[in-house]
Amino acid sequence: MNTIRKELVIIGGGPAGLAAGIAAREAGVEDLVILEREHEAGGILRQCIHNGFGLHRYGEELTGPEYAARDIAKAEELGLDIRCDTTVLSVDGDRRVTCVSRTDGLQIYEAGAIILAMGCRERPRGALGTPGTRCAGVYTAGAAQKFVNLEGLMPGKRVVILGSGDIGLIMARRMTLQGAKVLACVELMPYSSGLNRNIVQCLQDYDIPLYLSHTVTDIRGRERLEAVTVMEVDAKRRPIPGTEQVFECDTLLLSVGLIPENELSQRAGVELSPLTSGAVVDDTLQTSVPGVFACGNVLHVHDLVDFVSDESFRAGRAAADYLKGQAPKGGTLAVRDGEGVRGVVPQKLHPDQDVTLMFRPAGVYKNASVVVEADGKEMARKRAMIFTPGEMVALPLKAEKLAGVTGDITVRMEVR
Amino acid sequence: MQTYTDILIIGAGVVGCALARELSLRCAADVLVAERACDVAEGASKANSGIVHAGFDAKPGTEKARLNVMGARMYPAVCAELGVPYKQIGALVVAFDEADRSTIEKLLEQGEANGVPGLRIVEHDELMKMEPNLNPAAVCALEAPTSGIVSPYELVYALADHAALNGAEFLFDTEVQGLIPTAEGWRAVTADGDILCRCVVNCAGIGSAVLHNQVSDRKVELVARRGQYDVLDHPEQPPFTRTMFQCPTKMGKGVLVSPTVHGNVLLGPTAEDIPDGRDVSTTAEGLANVAEKVKLTWPGMSLRTAVTNFSGIRAHEVNGDFIVGKAAPHCWEAVGFESPGLTSSPALAAEMAQEIIASEGFGPKEKIVPPQPKGKPFNEMTPEEQAEAVARDPMNGQLICRCEVVTEAEIRAAIRRPVGARTVDGVKRRCRAGMGRCQGGFCAPRVVEILAEELGLPMTAITKGGGESRMLVGEI
Repeated sequence: MNTIRKELVIIGGGPAGLAAGIAAREAGVEDLVILEREHEAGGILRQCIHNGFGLHRYGEELTGPEYAARDIAKAEELGLDIRCDTTVLSVDGDRRVTCVSRTDGLQIYEAGAIILAMGCRERPRGALGTPGTRCAGVYTAGAAQKFVNLEGLMPGKRVVILGSGDIGLIMARRMTLQGAKVLACVELMPYSSGLNRNIVQCLQDYDIPLYLSHTVTDIRGRERLEAVTVMEVDAKRRPIPGTEQVFECDTLLLSVGLIPENELSQRAGVELSPLTSGAVVDDTLQTSVPGVFACGNVLHVHDLVDFVSDESFRAGRAAADYLKGQAPKGGTLAVRDGEGVRGVVPQKLHPDQDVTLMFRPAGVYKNASVVVEADGKEMARKRAMIFTPGEMVALPLKAEKLAGVTGDITVRMEVR
Repeated sequence: MQTYTDILIIGAGVVGCALARELSLRCAADVLVAERACDVAEGASKANSGIVHAGFDAKPGTEKARLNVMGARMYPAVCAELGVPYKQIGALVVAFDEADRSTIEKLLEQGEANGVPGLRIVEHDELMKMEPNLNPAAVCALEAPTSGIVSPYELVYALADHAALNGAEFLFDTEVQGLIPTAEGWRAVTADGDILCRCVVNCAGIGSAVLHNQVSDRKVELVARRGQYDVLDHPEQPPFTRTMFQCPTKMGKGVLVSPTVHGNVLLGPTAEDIPDGRDVSTTAEGLANVAEKVKLTWPGMSLRTAVTNFSGIRAHEVNGDFIVGKAAPHCWEAVGFESPGLTSSPALAAEMAQEIIASEGFGPKEKIVPPQPKGKPFNEMTPEEQAEAVARDPMNGQLICRCEVVTEAEIRAAIRRPVGARTVDGVKRRCRAGMGRCQGGFCAPRVVEILAEELGLPMTAITKGGGESRMLVGEI
């Protein structure tokens, strides 16, 4: 067993890990490694062959692999050490990272700093508790996407999609383009959790009906899926008797939420937020364990990769500052979710630093404002025609606004 | 097609496989196991509570009581020899009122009459210290220290592998539809032709009554009694260290909360009599019922970390006891082998193998092959052992299932075992790939690929669980 000292270990070579690595190297961290469990870097972008990535960062529409390729090229140019086919087995509170690979066996890195960039996973059927049989043909949308886009194999021909998350919407279009019939997209909530542009481009353009306030209540089929029962739900999300519709289908794709993959963080003693399921961080994206940072979808599930990259650049720079002993000093203020706001990140901030607050609205709010307050004073406000849970809100806050603040900072939604 | 064998075992559940192993170790006869599903342990043996019952539930004097106590005693040795996960964690049957107290007093009496060691009644204060997450409304409980937990399907895989190593053969996707006596023994009718045998054993689970009634004048009636369960992800700290039962009802042992040998938490089962013995679906009502009843034992229960739900079918004989022994000349059986069937199976197999060999006059086995346990899972190794495992086989350095930490070497080994996995579910149950919180979301595509490679099949031919349960419908 090999023990290696490293200034910085980045766990995950998706868009978050790549951006963090690039930023850390550019900020002067020479001795760093990125550990990636897949055969290639790029993360989930590798299977996202649709376009729409990079609008904010590059002002152009790239496919997932194209977006990833730019960061990989930059990482190569900077000579970053990316170890693929390498799975991290554990991280401890002393920043020891144990990983394994076919070629290097079991290795332990003793890191000066760690950036957690493991991304997220999809909620499976089991987490929903949907009853029925355990037949073949029930997949998460991402697993189906992997089969179709990376393996060239079709998981089914007649499809119902449960949940209107972005991957589900994208797969509705993808399966249709490959000759499958997508019968319906069924969403439990009265609104979609996906991006509006995906509703338009992936459902409406292909005449795929979206059933809001509906859910799948039964899954039938002894061997392969044969049918699902869809029912309307009431305001408390309980199925309404008498609203049963049966869809004969061979495939049910689930796009019912993403969960940050924090099992490693948890075992390292990192405090997690029950609201984001990611780490509790300060404005430098440092977690409760000193020298351990988190960024991207492992911190909170983003809507756009552009924001993942942006956040991860900050994490890379912050880790570099930490390693140079230049991390911000002094106490922090707490940031709290107010009405209509869920999971503001960061949860703590140094009042002498500029910061961007990010969160998802707790529901749909029309003609509303996001208001940031502390000590009974308003510090920032952002108005919009509509806020939805599918689209993240980013709210920059200048350090000068925070001068003299002593109490908690609250972010809330205000409807006019 | 016509096949001949000395001994035909119908059903590759825990009884069939335990018996196949005993016979293949003890006598020189040819053993053939015919199974209607695509793998062993596809019926009740894979979908039950995984409890090795201490033996206080069954009425003294019944076959259930006798075989349960005997079987429970055999478990530690059998599991150690075969390398099957088994832990003697003990059990508590909790009383929530004075009526329950009289029930557990009766269970204590019954258990003592059955010869169950170490039983005692624990009063409230001590009970809450033993299991702090228990509902404080608990009055007292019966403690059964010899109660254990086992991975039921892994036991069956190990039994089948050991039987196969000693020459037993397995015929899958083969349903025995009828038994016809012949001058030399029996003719078993299947869709693919007849199997001729000298003697036959009917351990066809929920299908065993039909075969019994073909060969015997003493008719039996089986009821399909479904049990639904929820499974929670492995918590850092298990809520209970023992199996927690509520008082039994006339339908069964009641709802339990138990850690599993792999550190998950098992909740259930329901007990519903249903018309179709193959209907292993779960229902909204059933799962709601489990959740509600579990809260009596564990008020802090949350389904937020649920990874899956499932159901299994108990083959309940209307008179309530096992029907075991000789059904007709050259024909043995285990009918109505519901709980405590899993616990009783090693005892039944040992006893029945002896009877069959004596009665049929089969000669002794000359060479016995020892079991080849699958070894410690990568996930449970120390870092030093993991380093060694990768050095020995670099494929151990390739993780496939991230939730349960399963390596490519382990998946390939599961497929290459004597009775190896041929389906995605078969891989899952043999080495836990896909058993975790993402339920195969990440690893299923890779598992399909490895199965296709190992079996020499196209990926589109790979099924989830046999039959028409194909994972993929075609190429793009």
